Amino acid sequence: MTILHLLIPVTLVMGLTGLGAFFWSLRNRQYEDLEGDAERILHDDNDTPMPPRKETIR
Amino acid sequence: MRSDQPTNPSIFQDVVLTAPTIRCGSCVAKIERSLTGIPGVARVRANLTLRRINVTLAQADGALQNVLAELENIGHPSRLIDSADLSAEAKDDTEVALLKAVAVSGFGAMNVMLLSVAVWSGASDATRDSFHLISGMIALPIVLYAARFFFTSAWGALRRASMNMDVPIALAIALALALSIFETLRGGEEVFFDAAVTLTFFLLIGRYLDYRMRGKARSAMAGLQRLAVREAWEVTSEGALRVVAADAICPGMVLRILAGERTPVDLRITSGASDLDRSLVTGESAPVAVAAGDEVEAGALNLTGPVDAVALRPVSESFLAMSMRMLAGAEESRSTYVRIADRAAQLYAPLIHLVAFATFVGWSLATGDWHRAAFVAISVLIVTCPCALALAVPVAHVVASSRLMAEGILIKDGSALERLANATRAVWDKTGTLTDGSPVLVENLDATPNACAAATLAAYSAHPVARCIATAQIGPALLVDEVSEYPGFGVEGRINGRRARLGRPSWVADIAGEMTKGDGPAFAFAGEQMQRFPLRETLREGANEAVGALRGAGLPSEILSGDAPAAVASVAAQLEIQDTQAGLTPQDKVTHLQDLLAQGERPLMVGDGLNDTAALATAHVSMSPASATEAGRAAADFVFLREGLDAVPLALSVARRTAAIVRQNFGLAIAYNCIAVPLAIAGHVTPLFAAIAMSGSSIAVVANSLRLNRRRMTPSAPRLQEVTV
Repeated sequence: MTILHLLIPVTLVMGLTGLGAFFWSLRNRQYEDLEGDAERILHDDNDTPMPPRKETIR
Repeated sequence: MRSDQPTNPSIFQDVVLTAPTIRCGSCVAKIERSLTGIPGVARVRANLTLRRINVTLAQADGALQNVLAELENIGHPSRLIDSADLSAEAKDDTEVALLKAVAVSGFGAMNVMLLSVAVWSGASDATRDSFHLISGMIALPIVLYAARFFFTSAWGALRRASMNMDVPIALAIALALALSIFETLRGGEEVFFDAAVTLTFFLLIGRYLDYRMRGKARSAMAGLQRLAVREAWEVTSEGALRVVAADAICPGMVLRILAGERTPVDLRITSGASDLDRSLVTGESAPVAVAAGDEVEAGALNLTGPVDAVALRPVSESFLAMSMRMLAGAEESRSTYVRIADRAAQLYAPLIHLVAFATFVGWSLATGDWHRAAFVAISVLIVTCPCALALAVPVAHVVASSRLMAEGILIKDGSALERLANATRAVWDKTGTLTDGSPVLVENLDATPNACAAATLAAYSAHPVARCIATAQIGPALLVDEVSEYPGFGVEGRINGRRARLGRPSWVADIAGEMTKGDGPAFAFAGEQMQRFPLRETLREGANEAVGALRGAGLPSEILSGDAPAAVASVAAQLEIQDTQAGLTPQDKVTHLQDLLAQGERPLMVGDGLNDTAALATAHVSMSPASATEAGRAAADFVFLREGLDAVPLALSVARRTAAIVRQNFGLAIAYNCIAVPLAIAGHVTPLFAAIAMSGSSIAVVANSLRLNRRRMTPSAPRLQEVTV
């Protein structure tokens, strides 16, 4: 049963990593234009990155 | 992040355009390629999902005009989005907060369920207790974070001594958590941590979808306020002009309204003649000729010539101010509609609380075991937590709205679908809604000298009627000189040396000598026979089918129009509508709708003009075409982007199917409770049973809602129809 002492923290860390990745993508405006991003890969000439997030007063 | 931004923010300007014609990736590429080439454009990014274009302009002057012109050129006409609308969207943090809560509770549900499955598979003694403890340590912070929306909402409802769906939800989650902590500490066998977290997860999905459907609270008032005139030209007694603030205008003051300006207050014209666009008042786009002695409402646009007029009423009593007050009242009364989910909650919540309480009393009387009685009563509350019920409405509405969106119909508010589904009659505005508002010649011009001359003369005027005659020209343009336009009357010129007039028949008769019977504007050479050009309005695509389909669906139609009775009657005859009222003011329309509502009817109002705005807000449910005025679009529940009126019966059929699906979902939820509640009261509900039953019912409800997407609806083929005015 000692393996559980390793496996449970590993599960939690992996889950938290996924959660952190989701929060990052949300903050980074990855979901603004899902349809457009799917199409953009087919076009060679527009490979510009997304404009940076606007500076807002927080 | 800041490095590539200019130091002077006034040079760089971000604008957002809406471009409904963006359909594919190549449109995106085309727009971005052609706009980047325009000088003054720093960056372009088209958004295919929202059909918007974000443009960063490097120089303020002219660049935007070039961008709009270029977009028009490449076939993607766009419109600037109001900054007020954008800031309303940006302020909406709740949606993101809900999405984060969904993610967090999903993470928790996954991990707690993992541990719970281990316990159900037979972990015992110290392993079970430590698993419970770990579950508790995961569940407690996650529920406190993610379920805070339910707690605050339930607390708010209880403080107002009212009941909403969140009260049983918050109670079930809180009690499940408390019971589980208690059981964990005393080393009990059964804990409900997984139930608390999965409930939160499922309910948050429902809440997130519901929030996305919630109407963005945007008042139609803003559109009207923009039309209000701030200042006007006063003609002083010495005949000089001076600027006067609109608020300072008092009755009796003489004002000059120049061409292109709006009337600030209700006026009586004292000198001059012009054509006014009174579409604000009547909704009819055809300009109205006015001359000395005519009274004009505030908000009318002066099209052709300057007029002097005397103010009749101060600004606060003007037509425009009254419209705004009317609209404010209508928007207020509309907010009293109680959504079906809340009505269900008002029945459901007290019922399950009573059942749980009765279970507690029954068990403690029967067994004398307080602990067991409390455990069973709480398991009743957990099992009856309205998870499926809370998902039943939002999921169906989201599926229906994405369905309608694909058909070019936008919904402003989730409750609009419920209201549309039980509408009992359709009320139409005429001009701009049933018809497309622009006049057309009944017969094409033939190549007679008269027709050629009329078309040549018409080309010198910007009047809509003249424009439609000018575009119909087929013969060669003739030589014209001494052309002059008489505002309110028509155009006069010398064609091949002969004097000719085109315009108002009585005015043309002055040189023709005799009036010819007929409809529409007249043309004549001096001393010759007068020729008339009858005009007609074009019915909007699919108007006939739409009215017929609504009749078939049990919604009789009627027309409420501000236009002249003859024009209304001819449209009504085409559409076989018996019930018509013509010459109505906006207030008349509102009163009529209020009468209908008082009689127990639930009218669906379809309209577009500014004059319909208050009526749109008063009606049980309302739709307006995308061509409507901004205030009209803001007041309507549905806005259809397609040209044809077939959008109206389509939206109705989707709304009715959604209502049927929602009813089925409620049925499923009730059936689930009928099985689960007796088992829970009997004390047979284990955490495993609760997990399976609750997820099962939620999945059943979601799957049932997705059926809305299944059948393809093919809109009936639109046909172009015309009717004489």
